[in-house]
Amino acid sequence: MTAGGELVRRSAADLSEALASGETTSVELTGACLDRIDSLEPLVHAFLHVDSEGALAQAAASDARRRAGRPASALDGVPIAVKDILVTEGLPTTCGSRILAGWVPPYDATVVARLRSAGLPILGKTNMDEFAMGSSTEHSAYGPTHNPWDLDRIPGGSGGGSAAAVAAFEAPLAIGTDTGGSIRQPGAVTGTVGVKPTYGGVSRYGLVALANSLDQAGPVTRTVLDAALLHEVIGGHDPLDSTSIDEPVPPLADAARLGASGDVSGVRIGVVRELSGDGYQAGVRQRFDEAVQLLVQAGAEVVEVSCPSFVHALAAYYLIMPSEASSNLARFDAMRYGMRVLPDGVANPSAEEVMRATRDAGFGAEVKRRIILGTYALSSGYYDAYYGQAQKVRTLISRDFEAAFAQADVLVSPTAPTTAFRIGEKLDDPVAMYLNDIATIPANLAGVPGLSVPVGLAPEDGLPVGFQVLAPALADDRLYRIGAALETLLEKQWGGPLIAQAPTLVVPAEAPGADR
Amino acid sequence: MPEISRDEVAHLATLARIELDDAELDQLAPQLSVILESIASIAEVAAGEIAPTSHAVPLTNVFRADEPRPSLSVEQALAGAPETEQQRFAVPRILGDEQ
Repeated sequence: MTAGGELVRRSAADLSEALASGETTSVELTGACLDRIDSLEPLVHAFLHVDSEGALAQAAASDARRRAGRPASALDGVPIAVKDILVTEGLPTTCGSRILAGWVPPYDATVVARLRSAGLPILGKTNMDEFAMGSSTEHSAYGPTHNPWDLDRIPGGSGGGSAAAVAAFEAPLAIGTDTGGSIRQPGAVTGTVGVKPTYGGVSRYGLVALANSLDQAGPVTRTVLDAALLHEVIGGHDPLDSTSIDEPVPPLADAARLGASGDVSGVRIGVVRELSGDGYQAGVRQRFDEAVQLLVQAGAEVVEVSCPSFVHALAAYYLIMPSEASSNLARFDAMRYGMRVLPDGVANPSAEEVMRATRDAGFGAEVKRRIILGTYALSSGYYDAYYGQAQKVRTLISRDFEAAFAQADVLVSPTAPTTAFRIGEKLDDPVAMYLNDIATIPANLAGVPGLSVPVGLAPEDGLPVGFQVLAPALADDRLYRIGAALETLLEKQWGGPLIAQAPTLVVPAEAPGADR
Repeated sequence: MPEISRDEVAHLATLARIELDDAELDQLAPQLSVILESIASIAEVAAGEIAPTSHAVPLTNVFRADEPRPSLSVEQALAGAPETEQQRFAVPRILGDEQ
């Protein structure tokens, strides 16, 4: 393997030290990631846009800062991939939709601005389900992303591009967004780490809204410590987001380092009864149970908790999310930015006719489905029965969390009910697709933080299984302590990280760029 | 079981300003009925006295100091516009011919 090949497989924490000691440079590292992207994208298709020139220029500036002894942050010079739902000044932002094809935003999202000021070169923008609506990245207008563990399978969604980029060693770090599980579920099915912070813990300014009251950006990485380091860069109060929490971010990297000792003595772990059993694949349940036992051996106390309202979480979510989405996506009106399509055969069309034609041409099937569903749920006559009722269920779910966190410090469950399914398998069955998020949705409804960490491969199919940790609002540090403990204990068994067991991806010489 | 008719979908599409063709209407109506059926259980949750939650984190009004800040230039704001005229967004007609 080439020196660049070795470099791309290292963790961000490790690379940060290598940059600090002068063992490597950001230009060398960023170049190695870009080479890897160049060779693997025909297979994986994790990126919608790659900014080689910009990333290398940012890397050179980072090297200059390091040489002058003034790094902007611990991660200065470590390159990153950004989900295409965060606006980036000067870089195209499409949200995986035709309606925004070629749009170049005039400003940076706060998350992106923080990455830039911390010195992380931005490699490009990652693929996603259109406007983050999906659990497989198949709803991208630009074609699906492939799971690096098995290229015929989905990488999860909506942030499948970010998860696949990290799993394929195209980038050491990525940013995702999570409305109902779009960071955690891709993490689970690609054998990577994904964290949805406390709602309001990371700014939503410049995050193109799917459902404002649920959306949250967070880290997508290969190790728990890397997620903590990245979370510290992007987290914290932002006056540009009125829902941003004005409280300091707890020390997250310290929590991950504490957890990495492997000792969780005295920690109370609550297994959520409603998030297991029927509907969960046997190998998922097996790896989950083994991981819980491992935590018990490491000193944790396990209690079973019941959250009876969680059975209604999916229904509440599929009313609240489309309702907010139908309202948010009204901004795509063909007037100020994005696509404008004139209706066929209409002389001098009205603004409304242009808007209707544009939204028909610009939105994909899933987006139309959810806008219509949301419009229905919000229409008079149905509002109380659907949207109003869903908001009450949301209250009940928050109360369930409160009661559960009185008995346990963290709650745990499998992240997703199954391992990665085949591309195309659930595309025509929306309800089957929605069930992928059954374990992740309650956290979004209540605003509490959640993490997914790999806990092994399901024996029946050899595909990664994710373990979800949930903590009370603002106690994100607990996720990192438990996640890192589990990671350390499991890596001792495996003799290295799980991702090292992923198959080597080789591009057939015959068909370069076949999937582009 | 909640049913949603093809005509209802067409009406909702008008409200949502999306032109849907016949094939899309034929496909969407049964799909939406299935989705509604799968979430119908929510109506049975006895939640009469429960206060609704619109937001995960309870927040009161958030204010900032009323001080001018730099904003986008006209060029930046118009950079993505489908059509512009005299430093403004140019839009199709918004009134009927007869008006």
